[in-house]
Amino acid sequence: MKLSTISLLLGASMTSQLAFAQDIDIKVQNLSQGLYFTPLVIAAHNDSGYLFELGQSASGELQAMAEGGDISGLVNIANSIGANVIENPAAGLLAPAAHTSASVMTTDGNMYLSVSAMILPSNDGFVGLDRWPIPAAAGTYHIYLNAYDAGTEANNELVVDGSGAPGVLGIPAAPGMDAGSGGSGVTSTEQNTMVHVHRGNLGDDDLTSGHSDLDNTVHRWLNPVAKLTVTVK
Amino acid sequence: MKTYHPLIQPALALAFTGLLLGCGSDSSDTPTPVSISTTASYHISATNLTNSQPLSPFLVTLHQSGGLWQVGETASNALEILAEGGDSSALAANAEVMASVADGAPLMPGESSEQVLSYQGEAHLFSFVAMLVNTNDAFTGLTQLDLQSLAVGDSIDLQLPVYDAGTEANTERAGTIPGPADGGEGYNGSRDDKLDVVTMHPGVVSADDGLSQSVLLQQHKFANPVVTLTITRQE
Repeated sequence: MKLSTISLLLGASMTSQLAFAQDIDIKVQNLSQGLYFTPLVIAAHNDSGYLFELGQSASGELQAMAEGGDISGLVNIANSIGANVIENPAAGLLAPAAHTSASVMTTDGNMYLSVSAMILPSNDGFVGLDRWPIPAAAGTYHIYLNAYDAGTEANNELVVDGSGAPGVLGIPAAPGMDAGSGGSGVTSTEQNTMVHVHRGNLGDDDLTSGHSDLDNTVHRWLNPVAKLTVTVK
Repeated sequence: MKTYHPLIQPALALAFTGLLLGCGSDSSDTPTPVSISTTASYHISATNLTNSQPLSPFLVTLHQSGGLWQVGETASNALEILAEGGDSSALAANAEVMASVADGAPLMPGESSEQVLSYQGEAHLFSFVAMLVNTNDAFTGLTQLDLQSLAVGDSIDLQLPVYDAGTEANTERAGTIPGPADGGEGYNGSRDDKLDVVTMHPGVVSADDGLSQSVLLQQHKFANPVVTLTITRQE
């Protein structure tokens, strides 16, 4: 009895996390020069859930977010496992270099933080954080986020009205109003249909024809694309 | 009091992002230490990790407050002068800079250089900055890194990304890039970038990768990180 008690205590002391409620502030900054983030979903959740998993097929809910910016499905998933959900803290698009903040009191057991939002203009690119263990120690923590590809749509880089609906090929919008038209399409296939690191937009230097409707001096990026600042109080 | 926390948990950050990048200027509450005037001396070693982007002679500084830039904010004129032309003297002249050292020569790809930065007194906020000279207005560095908790004899390793000063459009045209790829203009006070704020750099495109007007070629492309930096407290 005593031995098992001791090992439990040791086990508890070796983890950096806290199973109890925590008061945290979260700031998300768009670090890019030419990308917009659609509404963000931020969830503090237990170890039974996730918004996305690298190397796995995207869920229908993830696909809806990554192709069209619709986070309602991911919010439902998070709510279904008792997550503390911050939905659309920027009240719309998060512009290049802009930031948004929110606070949350986590429920006991919600020890992980996940984030996602579509990036525009892209076919099915999103910025994400997958199950970051919320530290027990009070302090300010910085996490740099990469751009991922949901693997659900070919990156043809053509701006097409209405293509935000899952399965409709195209980029639904370029909010900076700086994309072209008349492209022939970069590709019609997606080699890796699992969630993976986005290879970046290609773009071209011809806004009226060429392969891509995107501008190669505006719509490319290098990771990281976002910075998350988490303050554990 | 400014604090820089990725150092406290690099393993976590690495595991979830694949990259640990020095930057930023973030606040948190930490106890103010008892002020004892001591001499701090830091040995700085920097290596250029790019393929063909010489770095302008790097500048290292110590501040009591403030920094050299902030992502999401408009670049100072001093930062613009560095990012467009590689001249760090205006940044070093900033009143908040308590101590600074500029390296003596450009840091070529694959090369390393070392400097020692010392200050007697309370100035713990460290910055490093250098231009990628074969670009319009790209620079690498970190700013407001709090070295207060770095013990004598200890060192930290950092990998630095590329920022865009937001002060000059990334046209890559002949005559706009001061480095050897072009030999064009450095600093120009006009601001014509898409967004007049500091952001992460999207990378250079180059003529080989689809920007026909570009004087840059495939060898000038880069990806993050571009510098590895080791800071060792000697005193």
